[in-house]
Amino acid sequence: MSEEKERPSEQAGTEAKQETEAHTADSPPEAPKDPEVVEKNESSAAHETKPSAAPVDPEREAKLKAAAEARAARAAAKAAAEGGQPSAPDATAAPVDPEREAKLKAAAEARAARAAAKAAAEGGTPGGTSASAGETPAEPKAPSPKQPELDELLVHLRTQVGDSAVEEASINELNGHMPMLTVRPEQWLAAAQTLRSTDGGTFDYLRNVSGVDYETHLEVVYHLVSLVTKREATIKVKTNREQPSVPSVTPIWATANWNEREIYDLLGVAFPGHPDLRRIMMPDDWVGHPLRKDYVSLDSEV
Amino acid sequence: MIRTEELLLNVGPQHPSTHGVFRIIVKLDGEVIIEATPVMGYLHRGTEKLAEDLSYTQIIPYTDRMDYVSAMTNNYVLVHAVETMMELAVPERAEYLRLVVMELQRIASHLVWWGTYLLDIGAMSPFLYAFRDRETIVNLFNELCGARLTYNYMRVGGVKWDASDAWLDKVRDFIPYMEKKLIEYDKLVSGNEIFLARIRGVGAYDAKTAIDYGLSGANLRCTGVDWDIRRAKPYSLYDRFDFDIPLGTNGDCYDRYLIRLEEIRQSLRILTQALQQFPSGGETMGKVPRVIRPPAGEVYVSIESPRGEIGCHIVSKGKQEPYRLKFRRPSFVNLQILPKLLVGETMTNLITILGGIDIVVGEVDC
Amino acid sequence: MGFDLESITPEERRELERNVFVGTLEQLKAWARSNSLWPLTFGLACCAIEMMGTGASHYDLDRFGVMFRTSPRQSDVMIVAGTVTKKMGPLLRRLYDQMPEPKWVIAMGSCATAGGPYVKSYAVMKGVDQIVPVDVYIPGCPPNPAALIYGINKLQEKIRYEAKTGKRVTSR
Repeated sequence: MSEEKERPSEQAGTEAKQETEAHTADSPPEAPKDPEVVEKNESSAAHETKPSAAPVDPEREAKLKAAAEARAARAAAKAAAEGGQPSAPDATAAPVDPEREAKLKAAAEARAARAAAKAAAEGGTPGGTSASAGETPAEPKAPSPKQPELDELLVHLRTQVGDSAVEEASINELNGHMPMLTVRPEQWLAAAQTLRSTDGGTFDYLRNVSGVDYETHLEVVYHLVSLVTKREATIKVKTNREQPSVPSVTPIWATANWNEREIYDLLGVAFPGHPDLRRIMMPDDWVGHPLRKDYVSLDSEV
Repeated sequence: MIRTEELLLNVGPQHPSTHGVFRIIVKLDGEVIIEATPVMGYLHRGTEKLAEDLSYTQIIPYTDRMDYVSAMTNNYVLVHAVETMMELAVPERAEYLRLVVMELQRIASHLVWWGTYLLDIGAMSPFLYAFRDRETIVNLFNELCGARLTYNYMRVGGVKWDASDAWLDKVRDFIPYMEKKLIEYDKLVSGNEIFLARIRGVGAYDAKTAIDYGLSGANLRCTGVDWDIRRAKPYSLYDRFDFDIPLGTNGDCYDRYLIRLEEIRQSLRILTQALQQFPSGGETMGKVPRVIRPPAGEVYVSIESPRGEIGCHIVSKGKQEPYRLKFRRPSFVNLQILPKLLVGETMTNLITILGGIDIVVGEVDC
Repeated sequence: MGFDLESITPEERRELERNVFVGTLEQLKAWARSNSLWPLTFGLACCAIEMMGTGASHYDLDRFGVMFRTSPRQSDVMIVAGTVTKKMGPLLRRLYDQMPEPKWVIAMGSCATAGGPYVKSYAVMKGVDQIVPVDVYIPGCPPNPAALIYGINKLQEKIRYEAKTGKRVTSR
């Protein structure tokens, strides 16, 4: 028994050394997958060595076998690559490919086996669901009750503004299943016009306009409600960080006036079409936009 | 030949009737206003930026100081937003306590508004009466949570302090006392000729303008639009109570005045029912994890504060601190209509209209 | 006629003690000034509501002679109640300069004392004593009306003490 346990750890040790060498030769897309598989298998092997009285799990055995197969495949690939000659990269590329396929397949199988083991350990669904690819969650989600509203909005926007207007559409479950759409800045003005009108949802009350600074881009979020149908919607417009600009919807909803001025003041998003875009909270001669994540104030006290 | 010139007057940040530090630059032709430009930001304290470094429980005291006249509703909007994100259940007793406290706060806030509004218009005694009654409510709060103005009372998942039965009895005694006082106030002010002449027909607008400008609270309901978030999108336990939403017809300052006084009466009605239904025992905090970490995502909730719709937009990345926290402040949005309303009015009406919108500058600037 | 101090009868002495007092002119001025301090209404934020509550009927300030004046030209003391932002700072200084001498400043609340809960904010001035000299600091967030009354009493004591002894009590 102890010999059996020692062999995987020994193998793991030597394989780890070989793996680090193989990383330098391997192409980047494969590298992230391998350490994950190796480490998981190493940790499972380590677990096996410590409690000698632990019952041997059939799933664990299957996992170890799959891992051993994967390792064997990788070792074969490495041997092929090393034997192949570093001088001719395209020559090594060709023989690596089928090994790469085998490696990927083995890695996928190992992952599937791990998912099955986890599901079985948790007493969840039978192994049938994890037989497929092993990456999707356990059961499909029930369709949201506000999904027809979202579909209606999508239909309106697609027919009246254009197909490319809406980038993404989803249901925000956290927020009471509110329909959430992302609209392109170029078509935002037309989309807002549609939403305000009766055949677009009659969203006549703009509740809130907020600006958010994600480090890669800036975003302006509009929360709308229709006083007539009591429906709500969230619209997001993304813009880049260097020259942020979102068309102003002040001609459509007059309440956006000061909200947009505040976002201009604190985040630096320009709103072309705004009647009076100037600073509102900070003094007129303030430098910088305070709410940005990379804001450094000129005067440092405390 | 008489020639008139335009005068640029600064209703400066320090002014007894601007309800705080708020500046209006008016261009006058004699006594008539041609153009008015509000300038704000004299109380911008950067709450939203500070919130990005604090955990949710630490932000609750900052919400108190935003709309300092009605701090309980501010507490509630933040706590409600986090509870919506995390789908936490609040125990019944805590929810009843929250509702009682919010309605008492509504009465206190409307009293402050009434007192200061009449002080601006020129009547000195209602100020003293309003603050006398407000002292009663504030003493109740002092007994409950230890503070008179900035309570820091609500927590994610419940409330911090429990109320004794003696406290509930005191609230029960307060209700008929306040109802009697309201009748007194009506007799003192609402039928007064000078007051009516000053306030009737001033600052009127129609429903379409109100909806366009995103007004909320009494400013929206004075035009006849029936939109009160307690009725339209009920939160907390408001769907268990029977109360009316007062609506106006003309959209002028007088309607707003009457609506707010009537809202005090309706709050007393809700309080009576809530105290009847109050559960005798129960927890004040629900099952909350030790470290409050809402899941990644964003949420926007809004409730009806005495000033209008206050909302809280949280973008969370699954950490203890919010990634972005934005408050939709009703005073900020309601104030946008001021330049439009002031064109063509006299200087005296400026004070009347500004007071009628009911702003708190801590909220305008956040 | 001779005025002999030893020949004052006890009744006369009691009468004298009740109706005649001896002091310096400075003490007289200080007595007058401290008992009728007229503040400039400078409520900025939440502390303003507590200041209004102190001036109202329950905790009356009028019994101390304190009447709120709206113009800086007519006031003695400036009670800075609330957060002072960087935008508001220059205006506060200008209002302080417009007040005639003798003038005093009370910093009410922790925001006016040292920045308060907003001490890490980019837009807040950390304490009003960066721009005006402060005589009395009242801590609290917001301070109880009784605390504000105590602060005003302390200012009255300070005015009388400075007049009596001639020493200046400052924070520098």
